[in-house]
Amino acid sequence: MARVLLVEDDPAVQRGVTLALRRRGHEVEVAASGESGLLALERYRPDLVLLDLMLPRMSGLEVCRRIRESKQVPIIILSARGDEIDMVVGLEAGADDYIIKPASGQLIDARIKAVLRRVAPAQGGPSAPAATGTEQHGDLTVDRTSLVVSRHGTELPLAPSELKLLLFMTATPHQVYSRQQLLEQVWEHSFYGDVRLVDACVMRLRAKIEDDPRKPVYVQTVRGFGYRFGPL
Amino acid sequence: MAPGFRPPPRRRLPRRFRLPRGFRLPRGLRVRLVVAFLLAAAFGALLTAGLTYHRGRAAILERTESTAVADLRAQLDSLAPELSFPPRAEDLRALTVQLDRAGGSRGWHATAAYRDGEPVSAAPEPPPVPSSLRAAVRHRHGAAYERIERGGRPWLVVGMPVAYADDGGRAGDRGELSGLTVYTSFPLDDDAADIDALVTAAQAGAVPALALAVVPALFAARSVLRPVRRLRSGAESIAGGELGTRLDAEGRDELADLTRSFNAMAATLEKDDAELRRMEAGARRFAADVAHELRTPLAAMAAVTEVLDEDAASGVLPADTADAVRLISEETRSLARLVEDLMEVSRFDAKAAPLDVVETDLRTLVTKTLHLRGWADDERVVADLPEPVPVRADPRRVDVVLANLIGNALRHGRPPVTVAARAEDGLAVVTVTDHGPGIPEDVLPHVFERFFKAEEARTRSQGSGLGLAIAHENALLHGGTLSAADTPGGGAVFTLALPRAATPQERR
Repeated sequence: MARVLLVEDDPAVQRGVTLALRRRGHEVEVAASGESGLLALERYRPDLVLLDLMLPRMSGLEVCRRIRESKQVPIIILSARGDEIDMVVGLEAGADDYIIKPASGQLIDARIKAVLRRVAPAQGGPSAPAATGTEQHGDLTVDRTSLVVSRHGTELPLAPSELKLLLFMTATPHQVYSRQQLLEQVWEHSFYGDVRLVDACVMRLRAKIEDDPRKPVYVQTVRGFGYRFGPL
Repeated sequence: MAPGFRPPPRRRLPRRFRLPRGFRLPRGLRVRLVVAFLLAAAFGALLTAGLTYHRGRAAILERTESTAVADLRAQLDSLAPELSFPPRAEDLRALTVQLDRAGGSRGWHATAAYRDGEPVSAAPEPPPVPSSLRAAVRHRHGAAYERIERGGRPWLVVGMPVAYADDGGRAGDRGELSGLTVYTSFPLDDDAADIDALVTAAQAGAVPALALAVVPALFAARSVLRPVRRLRSGAESIAGGELGTRLDAEGRDELADLTRSFNAMAATLEKDDAELRRMEAGARRFAADVAHELRTPLAAMAAVTEVLDEDAASGVLPADTADAVRLISEETRSLARLVEDLMEVSRFDAKAAPLDVVETDLRTLVTKTLHLRGWADDERVVADLPEPVPVRADPRRVDVVLANLIGNALRHGRPPVTVAARAEDGLAVVTVTDHGPGIPEDVLPHVFERFFKAEEARTRSQGSGLGLAIAHENALLHGGTLSAADTPGGGAVFTLALPRAATPQERR
């Protein structure tokens, strides 16, 4: 199904996660450190990276940043640390989703599939427009067929979660979504996921599409409620 | 000289400042010290003045009396020999006229009496001769005197018997009495003036003395009050949690000793407090560390429990092995839940539990929880959500509380479990009621304690033993409450009260 690169130093977790994912039809390559993970990224060309945060020498956060410098491969953080701040920093570094250990094989599989699922606003989004052709939103050009977003003709390197969020919100401009709704619709988390996932992704998206990320015009905050796209 | 402390007279005080009917002494230490000082000074002055007055008055009167007796005796010595005995009334009157004339400077009024005869006087209004004095003269066979009050003025009355003598008779001698007694009385105005002067002098001395006594009294009060005030502010700082408070202990008096004891107490308190905090932090960190260390092996095990479940269900394993595999799988999941709860409790203990509040409808939260936890189509759980209940809450945390309460009610109570939400007194309230046996009264106060088990021997339930404790912490984190009680019908009811949203808002 998917080619997964697991960057994890604990042998037991390596074996357990590999076993569970292989049973569900994924191919798994294991790297026991951040450095070997970055090398395997070039060699193995995975569809997705499962990244532990607590790694010897190079930390998971650093690995995450290095990957994002050149690649938009989906990254899911697999962290044993419940400390919220690490998770938030990981998300700000460019991760698309996170899983807190211990997690069942079923859950890991579901998250992998959700991140990889091609964005289709029809999947539960309200009144989705025809998913073909390009749309113009201010300086942004959104191509729903090729899944390319460009600004002033330059293609923007958007991570999968950023792209999904933007496509979802541009499908219904001016519609206000609560963070819980976005979490359910875009990340396919339960209603009670951590909404900071949304905040971190919005922040990263703004850094890429807005002229002034502190005065956003595309993805606007509706104070006390959530976010909406526009009005421009 | 009245030794009473009164505030200095002021302008007329407003009505509410007037002293109430039952006047109470001021309670302040300063006032009491000053009053005590003044009382002591007043007592001293009073005693001194009293003694001086008493002795001075006695000396003045004694001198006047002895002079009067001596004068009268001298007059009689010269006049009595000319009298013929028994004297007639005219003789007696002549004698008194002579005596009055002789004692003119003193303003004497003389009276003479022979035996028990009527006293005869030259003056138109003869001064009264007290019968007690007459008796005293008769009894003593000699001179006697007595002070009397006449017309509002003090008078001295002197009585003197006249005796025969070989050389013509000498008055007042212990010889044979002639039966003639002469009395003379005069006012003591000069002496009264002298005595008044004594009183005035005593007053003039005592009032400044009292005024001066206020000064050392205030100094003494200040020197006592300053350490007392410092001790009080020190005790207040300690009570306020500043256990590092120490005071300067100067001198060697009792207050300095008290200050040193205070410092010793503060030092002990601070040490014990630091020790307790260290131990508590250590215990908490240990629990958090244990939970954390358990996570990594659990992560490996949790990832493969479904593999075990599938193979156990597939029938390829021997029956015993399949049972053992299922057991391991189930227990791995409860262990993971327990570790998860322990981590959550550690976050509460470390005050690191984030609260992500939104304004929403409590009914939405209840519906979501029932749906997500698979209770939406469960006929054992009944939702009673008649009207919108705006609430300010963290949806994730409310879900944790509701899931715990409903799961708990299903495990320990009997269905149907009713979940009802309503707005009440500015609060958003949700109750979870079951129809089980209820909670025993001795258990009720402990239901929110960690790992509390109603019966020691009770078989381990599905929960981690932390569910209600976590629910309670979550309610407190919101600034809300979670309470447990028994319903009149016998079941248990848990009530979660959360802050209400300012304005009702429809969720889209």
